[in-house]
Amino acid sequence: MTDLVVENISVLARESVLVDDASFRLGCGEFVALLGPNGAGKTSLIRAGLGLQSASAGLSLLGGKPVDALSPTQRARQIAYLPQTRPLAWPNSVRDVVSLGRFSHGAPLGRLKGLDAEAVDRALQACGLLELAGRRTDTLSGGELARVHCARAFAAEAPLLIADEPIAALDPRQQFRILDLIRTYVDQGGGALVVLHDIQLAARYASRMVWMKDGRIEADGPPSETLTAERMRDIYGVAARVEGLNIHIDGAA
Amino acid sequence: MTRETLLMPTLIAASVLAILSACFLGSTALPADRLLAALFGGAEASDRLVVWQIRLPRAIAAYIVGAALGISGAALQGLLRNPLAEPGVLGVSASASLMATFALYYGIASITPWALPIAAIIGALTATALITIAALRTQSVVTLILIGVGLSSFAGAAMSLLMNLAPNPFSLSDMINWMLGSVANRSFDEITLAAPFILAGGAILFATRRGLSALTLGEEAAAGIGLNLRRQQIFTVVGAGLATGGAVALAGAIGFVGIVAPHIIRPFVGHDPARSLVPSALFSGLILVVADIFVRLMPTSAELKLGVVAALIGAPAFVWIAMQRRTGND
Repeated sequence: MTDLVVENISVLARESVLVDDASFRLGCGEFVALLGPNGAGKTSLIRAGLGLQSASAGLSLLGGKPVDALSPTQRARQIAYLPQTRPLAWPNSVRDVVSLGRFSHGAPLGRLKGLDAEAVDRALQACGLLELAGRRTDTLSGGELARVHCARAFAAEAPLLIADEPIAALDPRQQFRILDLIRTYVDQGGGALVVLHDIQLAARYASRMVWMKDGRIEADGPPSETLTAERMRDIYGVAARVEGLNIHIDGAA
Repeated sequence: MTRETLLMPTLIAASVLAILSACFLGSTALPADRLLAALFGGAEASDRLVVWQIRLPRAIAAYIVGAALGISGAALQGLLRNPLAEPGVLGVSASASLMATFALYYGIASITPWALPIAAIIGALTATALITIAALRTQSVVTLILIGVGLSSFAGAAMSLLMNLAPNPFSLSDMINWMLGSVANRSFDEITLAAPFILAGGAILFATRRGLSALTLGEEAAAGIGLNLRRQQIFTVVGAGLATGGAVALAGAIGFVGIVAPHIIRPFVGHDPARSLVPSALFSGLILVVADIFVRLMPTSAELKLGVVAALIGAPAFVWIAMQRRTGND
């Protein structure tokens, strides 16, 4: 079974410390929410964990091997990565964009065969995009585009998934749809690490919450243990009341 | 899909037709039977001379120069994720022709026939590398185009300096040829010198085309799906540099074909940069051959330069494409 183990990673950029001695583990069947204020180092931690950014200290192991020893394709087959969304460069069709998820399997766009074509169809189906498959991506709404990106990540059929703010700028219904898709992926045996800013949604979906502040991981555990009013004050600087998994944010503390 | 499957056969047929027409048309039109006879080794010596020494090499030179610029343009557009990227606009052609002029001026070109293409390629690679280094630092396409403008201006200024210092009118007119771009009086010997570089560059771009599709998602996501970003950048830069340098060594700086052709081809191939490479190459080859026929048939006292005609068509197209772009889309 594939897992991602990040051990004591630190990331430095010029003089400042972006990630400071952070460790976590992502295994299959887990839905991990990565939380923290802007600038806490969440994206840097992810990038260092994936080997896309060099760490000044520490080690990241994917399936037991250091990520920087894997080729980009080997890594991509084991872990799908959904960065914060950027506009697509060209108005490709939905199917072509989702097909890019098969890149690490060597499939060329427009001529997918066999397993690759099936994986793309499954991903389109799972994300409710079959009817939109022929549409140009520049004609889609934000919610539809977010589902296209998800489908692209699922099409890789990698055992692990890392998504950086996949529901930013989406309306509530689309937020639930995207998180439901990721939960289904986890229920089917995948492991997902998702950066979220909506604590309420994170508490509802996540099996574990990883809390970051100033480059350090301050807490890591199930929502029932780590979601507390004190933590909200420490991490985000807000006054909040926590009842079970429900949270009311009263304002800046 | 049918549009896409018909695309290549149509382009190939049109290209063959255009090259044949280029042999057929000219100051004295050859009737079809004499042309065919000349092509296949029959006919009179004078007909054979016109076809094999003058018209065919010129048409083929125009075609491969166009193809090199078209595939470089399509690849650079994929790499920089921008429809306005092109060897001419980015100053790559101007830098290559500056180096070529430099080699001519200082007599380096007379040492070995390979000196000229190599000088042009060094110019092209330097400019492409500078632009890619800039592309690594900034996501702003405006910045890249401004750097291209800077490179072009610098190359233009240096070229003017060389012209000011030109020892005689002959070298001056030689230099003007390099600046404006022309395929007049090219022979198969010159084609043989440039072709290996163009072929090598084209082959590199073709072999690494899949990465350009991946870059549609942006660099971060492209790296995420398994693209080796650094390698892709190096291969595209080297490929486009070799092809453009080879093209400039053969015909001087011809701008804008590398923008127009991929722009027209893109909708036919689902806007996929990888699939646009080969059709763009064929189509820009076709455009230059047709433009060169036009240049030859125009009843002007001095022959128009091919590069001038290409810019007359291409520059307005560039402005139009730029104006079509929605803001915030870079």
